[in-house]
Formats: sequence, structure tokens, C-alpha cells
Amino acid sequence: MTVWKLALREIRHRKFSFLMGVISVTTAVACLVGAQTLLRADRVITEQLLTEKQSEIEHAVAAKEEAVKQAGVELEDAMRKHMKGLGFNVLILPIEQSRSELLLKGMTASMPESYVDKLASSKIVSVNHLLPSVSRRVQWPEHDREVILIGTRGEVPILHRGLKKPLLEEVAEGKIVVGYEIHKDLKLKVGDKVTFKERKFTVSVLHPERGSTDDVTIWINLGQAQEILGMQNLINAILALECGCTGDRISVIREEISAILPGTQVVEKYSEALARAEAREKAKESAESSLAREQESGEALLQQEKQARNQLEQQHAGFASVLVPLVLIGSVVTIFLLALMNTRQRTEEIGILRAIGFKSKQIILVFLSKAMLIGIAGGLAGIALGFWFGWSLGGVASNGIDWEKLFEADSLKFTIAMAPVLAVVLTGIASWLPALIAARQDPALVLQSG
Amino acid sequence: MLLQLDSVSKTYKDAHSTVHAVEDVSLQISEGEFVAVQGPSGCGKSTLLLTAGGLLKPDAGSVKVNDQDPYAMTPDARAEFRAQSIGFVFQQFHLVPYLSVLENVMAPGMAAKSSISEIRERALHLTERFGLVDRRHHVPAKLSSGERQRAAMARALLNQPKLLLADEPTGNLDHQNAETVLNDLSEFAANNGAVLLVTHDERAVAHAQRGIILQDGKIATTSIGSGAE
Ligand SMILES: Nc1ncnc2c1ncn2[C@@H]1O[C@H](COP(=O)(O)OP(=O)(O)OP(=O)(O)O)[C@@H](O)[C@H]1O
Ligand SMILES: [Mg+2]
Repeated sequence: MTVWKLALREIRHRKFSFLMGVISVTTAVACLVGAQTLLRADRVITEQLLTEKQSEIEHAVAAKEEAVKQAGVELEDAMRKHMKGLGFNVLILPIEQSRSELLLKGMTASMPESYVDKLASSKIVSVNHLLPSVSRRVQWPEHDREVILIGTRGEVPILHRGLKKPLLEEVAEGKIVVGYEIHKDLKLKVGDKVTFKERKFTVSVLHPERGSTDDVTIWINLGQAQEILGMQNLINAILALECGCTGDRISVIREEISAILPGTQVVEKYSEALARAEAREKAKESAESSLAREQESGEALLQQEKQARNQLEQQHAGFASVLVPLVLIGSVVTIFLLALMNTRQRTEEIGILRAIGFKSKQIILVFLSKAMLIGIAGGLAGIALGFWFGWSLGGVASNGIDWEKLFEADSLKFTIAMAPVLAVVLTGIASWLPALIAARQDPALVLQSG
Repeated sequence: MLLQLDSVSKTYKDAHSTVHAVEDVSLQISEGEFVAVQGPSGCGKSTLLLTAGGLLKPDAGSVKVNDQDPYAMTPDARAEFRAQSIGFVFQQFHLVPYLSVLENVMAPGMAAKSSISEIRERALHLTERFGLVDRRHHVPAKLSSGERQRAAMARALLNQPKLLLADEPTGNLDHQNAETVLNDLSEFAANNGAVLLVTHDERAVAHAQRGIILQDGKIATTSIGSGAE
């Protein structure tokens, strides 16, 4: 016979009172743990959802960024081609070159080749590349057709800029670059030998179709062209390529050049390449603004989600903050009343045990043992029930949440650890007080009153 | 002297009434004595017994059991003293309702901190002596009044006290069982114990060496019983 055995015997004897005690403790603990689990589940789900959303948005933004980068690359490429295709640029022509003649017959007036060196050694800033050339509509007697012959010596370095990789390679002596219409008609291949005005040339480059006079043009070395045309030390034009290709800078360029070379005029050359570059520029801009929009809308979406989750969490927290104390107070009162009633029921027993020599400590221990059993049983059941409740209500499983994640929060661990302790203490106090009072009375009086 | 009461008085007071249950009672019982108390219902027999047993503090007078005043002790010390020195059989038996007969008989052993096996040994012996062998594992609710009375008797004797106080232990017993109980009480007294017995039963008085008649809380007469040598 031990104190424990006494407690167990009593429980068996008054099953209903024990069950009621366990149920009220279960309710209290389940409520507490359930609310905690639910709130914790909310938190975890929110974190997970927001992380998912965030990475979704990041992905979308990254894709857009990639698009912008691509557009940038394309633009750069277009720019490069535009430069190379002698697109946006100005022509520096002798002042006596008539514009209408230029358009009708090509270049007719000439200027000294030394102009280009003068320009190159000046402090010019608006122009980046200088390409002197001779150009003339001539008869290709060997093939009995008219072509535009351009002699080019490649880029003349601008001295104060230092050496740059030339944009255009010089056409080497004995080599020929052929425009589309011509090489198509003549069925030329790279490496073919052609004769132009009794001089032998090797085809080095065949240009693709450009839909401009380029298609009927052949390019050879400047010196050779000058010799063929009888224009030693003369040129028809200097192509000047400008780097910054936006805004109206033509007047600036004009001013600068006419200051250095008074006997010249500056004509702007427009090209398809420029249009393409502009389109690309627009494409890049639109990609950039689309990126900005994506970023903005992603941010807004995230904010929205955050708000919605916040609202839900607050709703749950508000609900819990009302329900939990209510149920808790109800359960605590019930636990207390049950324990009190049970102790009153047991006054006779207290009197008997006291009469046959039990010390008050032993009697209180019998009562506390029962309280502990109620607390443990109700506490465990309450934890299970509350956890299940919060679990299913919080949508833990449906959101694919690892239950371990729930326990990363100390508050939940604390509640689960403390709830049964609290239940034991409460039940203990509720049964200890009357037991103590009964144990202090004369046993005869206790027996008579019971 | 095993029990010495000097001018013991006990009054029950409440808002409506005052009952002088015991008034100025003096009584001595020495080792080996068997004393029977008689008197009409409500004359204060049970009150006197409870007071003598350290279960009810008197309003006046002194109680000494084995030369010790239980009411001078702390409640816990008194409880321990009761467990070791006094056996008490209640008029209403007061068995613990959820313990079996055997467990009820063993219960005082827990209070006295004797060894479990020894307690069990004695409880088995006592239940056998009082004819409760088949009832050992029954709870009190399933017993007859006589069986409950015998169980209460067995419990009172478990810790082998010096003083036995019994409130009508034969009230519900047939002749045969009453004889067993009374013989036991005589035997207990003979073995250097002392018995104070409250009874209406003339057979019980026959076993006593001294008879006391209580009237309105006072000792009316004292007689030498037939049990006296
Ligand atoms: N707790 C109590 N409060 C008030 N009065 C009480 C209390 N206990 C007993 N009394 C009264 O005290 C008187 C003595 O009671 P007691 O139980 O001692 O009588 P008794 O002689 O044992 O009677 P019975 O033979 O019927 O058992 C009675 O009048 C009873 O009503
Ligand atoms: Mg009585």
C-alpha cells in the first residue's frame, strides 16, 4: 500500500470525477496548444508563401533583366554594325561639291588628301573615326557595266585620341571588295581573280545585300584608286564617324570641322543601320520599362500577399486572444470546482485516514497524486488534441509544412512543456487547499461533518 | 496508567444550540483492564470515546494516554501517536470506501511506517481471525454491517496498540461473532492492553471488569463487572 495505490484506488472508485477532471484539463490545454499551433502554423505558412512568391518574382525579374541584357547586346551589335556599315556619320566634302550632283552622279569635286591628316592632327572631339576616300561612277570595261569605285585607305588615326582598333580595315593593295549586285551577276567567290581596268585583283570580301548604292560598289586600295582615276593625292570625301549617336549634334560637328578645314562642307549621311539602331534602342527601352514594371508589380504583389497573410494572422490572433482566455478561465474554474467538490466528497475519507494515523502531508500527497494524474492525462490528451486542431485548422499538411518547422518557435515548445505543468499545479492547488483545511481539523469533527 | 481522564468536558456549540455532551468526567484505566460504558442514546458515550482517543479535543480537563497528553502534541505528532498507541473502532465503522477489506485493515500500517510484508502478514492473520477470509478483496459497500464491524475491529488491532477504544463493536453481530469479538477484547486486555468499550450489549458488559453508566454526559454509576476476577 502506497500513496500512489491509494490515489489509483480512489480514481477507480470515482471514475466520473476523474474523467471530468481530465476533460476539463484537456479542454484548457487543447485550447492553449491549439491556438499556439495555429498561430505558429500561420507564421510558418506565411514565411513559406512569401519566400515562394519572392523567388517567383525574382525569377520573373531575372528573365526580364536577361531580356534587357539581350536587347542591350543587340543594340550594341546594331551600333557596331551601323558604325561598320558607315551608317550614322557625316561626309566631309569639298565646298564646291554640288549636292544635287552628288546625289545624281556621285562625287565629282575633289580636295587634297592632306586634309584628312590635318583633321587627324587637330583637337577635334565630335568625330571619332576618319576615313578618306575617292569615289567615282566608272565603267568596268572588262565586264561592260557601270560601278561605283571607292578607294579607301582605312582609318586615319586621330592623334590626340591615341590608337584605337580601326573600325574599318584598309583594303589592301591588289584586293577588291565587291557589292552584292555585282558579285551576284558575276558569280564571284572569295579568292576569285578579277581584272579591273587591266589590273588584277583578288576578291577578298563579298558584301551581302544592303539595298543601297553599296550593292553596285567595288572597294579597292585608295592609292590604286587614285592612280586608276588619275587623282594622285586627291580625295573626294572624308567619312567621319561620330560616336554618340543621339541628339542634334550635326551643327556642332559642322562648326568644328569648318573651323579646321575651311574649304569643306559637311553632309549628314542617314542610313538604315541607324534606323535599325534606333529601333533597337526603343526595344531596349521597352525591355527596360517592362523590367521596371515587373519589378514594381512583383513588389506590389508581394505586398498584397503579405497584407492578406497579415490580415489572416491577425484575425486568428484576435480570435485566439478572445477564445483562449475564455476557455482557459472556464476550464480553470471547472478544474477548481471539480477538485473542490471531490475533496468535499472525500472529507470522510480524510477524517478516516487522519484518525488511523495518517499525517497531513501523507493525505495531501494522496490528493496531489490524483491531481498529477489528472494533469498529466489531461495535459497529454490536450496537447494531442490541440496540436491536431491547430494542425488541421492551420492547414499545415495541405501546405506541405514540415511539422518540425512548427517547433522552431520557442513559444510553442514552451506552451507544450508548460501546459501540463500548469494543469498539474492548478489541479494540485484546487485539491490541496481543501485537503489541507480538512487535515487540520479534529478527525472526529471531519468525520461528523462528512 | 494507560488512560487517564481528569474532569473532561466537551460541549458542542453552534448558532442555535449548545449541547453539553460530556461533563466533568474522570476515569482511569490501567493495563489489563476492560471497561464497558453504557448509557442511553445521546448521553455522550461516543463523544467520551473520541475525546479519549485523541480524535476530539475536550473543552476542559486533561487526557493522558500512556502518560502522554495527545492534545499537547502537534496534529501530525498526535496522528502518529494515535497510529502507534490507540486502536479505535467507530460506531459507523468508517472504512475507506474504495479500499478492499484487506487494504482497509492494512491502512494504519502505512501511517505507522511498518514494513509492508509485516503489515500484510498481520492483516492476513487478523482478517482470518475475524472470519473475513472470503471478504478480503471486497470493498466495504459490498459487505454486511457485521462484516464491516469486524473489518473495523481488525483495522483497530493492526498496529498492536496498547489502548483499544471500541464504539459498539458488537451492535450488529450475531451471538457467535459477538462472542469472538468480545473474547478477543478480553484477550487483548489480558495481554497488558486496556479496553474501553461502549455498548448496549449485556453480554459485552459481562466480559468487562468494570462498568460505567453515563447519564447526560456525566458518570452516573460505576460497577464491578462480572468479568472482574
Ligand atoms: N458534532 C456534533 N455537534 C453537535 N452536537 C453533537 C455532535 N455530536 C454529538 N452531538 C450531540 O451530543 C450528544 C452526545 O452525542 P453522542 O454521539 O456522544 O451520544 P451517544 O451516547 O454516543 O449516543 P448513541 O448511543 O446514540 O450513539 C447528543 O445529544 C448529540 O446530539
Ligand atoms: Mg454513539
